[in-house]
Amino acid sequence: MTEITVTVDGVKYADHVEPRMLLVHYLREVVGKTGTPVGCDTSNCGACTVLMDGQSVKSCAVLAVQADGANITTIEGMANGSLHPLQRAFHEEHALQCGYCTPGMIMAAADLLRENPHPSDTEIREGLEGNLCRCTGYENIVRAVRRAAEAGVSE
Amino acid sequence: MTAQTEIAPAPDAELGKARLRKEDERLITGQTNWTDNIKLPGMLHIAFVRSPFAHARITSMDVSAALTEPGVIAAYSGADFAAEQGSLPCAWPVTPDIVIPNHPPMATDEVRYVGEAVACVVARDRYAATDALNAIEVDYEPLPPVLDMRTALEDGSPKVHEAGNLSYDFLFTQGDMDTAFHDAPIVLERTYRQQRLIPAAMEPRAVVASCVGGEFTLWSATQIPHVLRVMLAMVTGIPEQNLRVIAPDVGGGFGSKLQVTAEEVLAVLIARKLGRPVKWTESRSEGNLTVHHGRDQWQQLRIAADSDGRIRGLEVDLLADMGAYLMLVTPGVPVLGAFMFPGIYKMAAYSFRCRGVFTTKMPTDAYRGAGRPEATFAIERLMDELATELGLDPLEVRERNWIKHEEFPYTTVAGLTYDSGNYEAATAKAKGLFDYDALRREQQQRRTSGDPVQLGLGVSTFTEMCGLAPSRVLGSLAYGAGGWEQASIRMLPTGKVEVVTGSSAHGQGHETAWSQIVADQLGVPFEDIRVLHGDTQVSPRGMDTYGSRSLAVGGMALVMACDKVIDKARVIAAGMLEVSAADLEWTPGRWAVRGDPDKGVTIAEIALATFAAHALPEGVEPSIDADATYDPENFSFPHGTHLCATEVDTETGFVKIRSYVAVDDIGKVVNPLIVEGQVHGGLAQGIAQALYEEAVYDDEGNLITTTLADYLIPSATDLPSYITGRTESPAANRLGVKGVGEAGTIASTPAVVNAIVDALRPLGVADITMPCTPERVWRAIQAARGGDQASAAEQHAARQSDQTQGNSPQGVARERGDAEQSGGAA
Repeated sequence: MTEITVTVDGVKYADHVEPRMLLVHYLREVVGKTGTPVGCDTSNCGACTVLMDGQSVKSCAVLAVQADGANITTIEGMANGSLHPLQRAFHEEHALQCGYCTPGMIMAAADLLRENPHPSDTEIREGLEGNLCRCTGYENIVRAVRRAAEAGVSE
Repeated sequence: MTAQTEIAPAPDAELGKARLRKEDERLITGQTNWTDNIKLPGMLHIAFVRSPFAHARITSMDVSAALTEPGVIAAYSGADFAAEQGSLPCAWPVTPDIVIPNHPPMATDEVRYVGEAVACVVARDRYAATDALNAIEVDYEPLPPVLDMRTALEDGSPKVHEAGNLSYDFLFTQGDMDTAFHDAPIVLERTYRQQRLIPAAMEPRAVVASCVGGEFTLWSATQIPHVLRVMLAMVTGIPEQNLRVIAPDVGGGFGSKLQVTAEEVLAVLIARKLGRPVKWTESRSEGNLTVHHGRDQWQQLRIAADSDGRIRGLEVDLLADMGAYLMLVTPGVPVLGAFMFPGIYKMAAYSFRCRGVFTTKMPTDAYRGAGRPEATFAIERLMDELATELGLDPLEVRERNWIKHEEFPYTTVAGLTYDSGNYEAATAKAKGLFDYDALRREQQQRRTSGDPVQLGLGVSTFTEMCGLAPSRVLGSLAYGAGGWEQASIRMLPTGKVEVVTGSSAHGQGHETAWSQIVADQLGVPFEDIRVLHGDTQVSPRGMDTYGSRSLAVGGMALVMACDKVIDKARVIAAGMLEVSAADLEWTPGRWAVRGDPDKGVTIAEIALATFAAHALPEGVEPSIDADATYDPENFSFPHGTHLCATEVDTETGFVKIRSYVAVDDIGKVVNPLIVEGQVHGGLAQGIAQALYEEAVYDDEGNLITTTLADYLIPSATDLPSYITGRTESPAANRLGVKGVGEAGTIASTPAVVNAIVDALRPLGVADITMPCTPERVWRAIQAARGGDQASAAEQHAARQSDQTQGNSPQGVARERGDAEQSGGAA
């Protein structure tokens, strides 16, 4: 077991974990952050995307021990009193149906807009290529990210 | 006794309003209650040992070593469940002599597909359970696999089951086929392949089971909590009243969670054995192996037509891969298609034959559209072939055959009565949105100039039967249950409303749409309504959600329950107002004295007075709550015209969808946002079948496409933006609604393939087997050109490997299946 210290959504946690434990299992089962779901076991679907020190990572492809000392933001840390503009845009553009991919999609979109605050539709599609959705056909997801960008999410 | 004979929306009506979804708040903030989120005190985790062989006899089994592994509480093999596990149910014996093999949730002596569960470990956590699987020793004697349904019925084929490889032979003939085909000026014969698909809902399956004092609770990522409860009782013998099934938030289904699974049954039995709650959550790789697959047919078709293109008759002969066992509705899926092959077209004769064939693969079952995409693909591909034969535009040959709008209601050759439709209107609208004539001109220019990128236009004028289903029809098809749906309205003392529905949503937005319907009916604010579903203790009766049935059936149950509430409220209002009930008049939200509208009481006031019950009329029960169960008279028949333009690079085989227009007639729309979303998502799945997805087994019966790196669910970059439109011919139910959940999937697959073939037809390509990967498209072009395929293929492969990466449509998963492609170009 290895001791790690991780800040998750603004709260500091110190835990002993197996070195092989995936970050997503640490978040879900040790910290109790079940807002981040698991959709595959090969890092293809992106449902488990979180921000690690501000950059999006697939938390099934990171070991908990690799997050030692890191600052993790999950979907549960996005709303700060009121919904994050991306959360609001996903709601307003009907960019989710079952909602399983949504946490990862929003976190990936946050990173996309951090890097490129005013992406074209093509850039949005390319930026979200690593996140799979089975319900929406992506059309409204693209609209939602565009809407959030227009609202100035990165500012 | 109310005046409500039909729904006349008021100016401020909820019906048709683009309400944002009530469901979203928990889904966008990470507060969702997925089954895998559930943690119960003392909960243990299950992991399964699964067969590595497609077909084998289990010769020895020893789980004992697993018991000494850290954190392991129990380990079981099939023998441990033999006395109690029963056989997984098949509810649709489509013929009297159908072969339904015994299907134990855990194999005991023989395995028949890779992934079939043979043993399990129950441990403190999922890591410990998985670790201990290695300690279980299983010996197998391999048996020959059966992998191709075309040879599985030949004499001498190895057998999947003792009774042989034929499950059933379903025949259905209408009209005089001999007359239709005898001397017909045009007879076309075609063979189409419906590849095997993996539904791949984003949420993997998960199950939690607990048993306390003989009372069981099962949480499952299921579409069908109600059906599952009944079936669990029947399979395990656990008294139904002691079983509670909960479908918490469910992350998509697309038919894959319309099932009674081995893991659900085993979790319940393990919880009983151990007296502790247990959880099992599948990995995606496990899910690709063991969540039922979809489609998988060979379709042999003959169509006879007059020289003006009018269809005389259609003959359909299917082989449908059942996989190793019959699951809940496995045999019924292709049979649902039996009624849809004639599509929107008039013809005098029709025959349908389907043989269900066992193979040593994962069973197939419902996948979005279930039988109807297969039928629609075939007839819409055939209509293009007919157009080519006649030298007509594909829309022209369709128009010569389709049912005219003034001919509704129309009983088709397959015996269905389509209640409404207007194919002319949908097609005209689609052509306008698509700019059909300009695209045809551009196509001609590219052909003339020999442009290496050719343009193709694909047409799909489809209909489908959904809103499953009239119970008497299901009975006549030997289905094991009815097709009704239930709803309850509970009027709370504060004037708020609880709506209980038997429809079990898993992403569709029922909580929002149901609130809109009830708000209109009862005249209460949208915000004051809460919709409850997905728990057999809260919603005791239901038939659940599949087959685009929720709105057309479940929505109508809501309307009927509201009628009863209003009727009951009338009697109490009469007492409150001290007038005769006959003198009262209903406007949504209020009973008032006819001719004296100021004298009235609101439904909220009536609810409070009913709660107090101090001064109710003599003999009136103190409740205005109501239940209703609706059994539809007929199916629902949405239709539409979808047009697809593809640019096909004849040098690389790459297909780009340049534009896609979907005009759908789904009757009245409750919530246009939700409808739009359903259409988009449906299109994505239909396009995915046309271009990207295929479940592939190797020669030994191993599934190759076990991950999302190999099974190519399209990403945002793989799909186009869609242009959608609607026309409206109201259905013959009081809401005027039709289903929309499957329409996009059913329509889009043939639209895309027709477009690709249309682009390449001048090169001599007449068909391409799905999925139409760059390699397959390229090979079809080469074959049509008669070039040296072998050397050209090598050059092409080299070029592809330079251009592509592993997770692109050209990747490794596309380097197979070419045996099925021979004859792809004619």
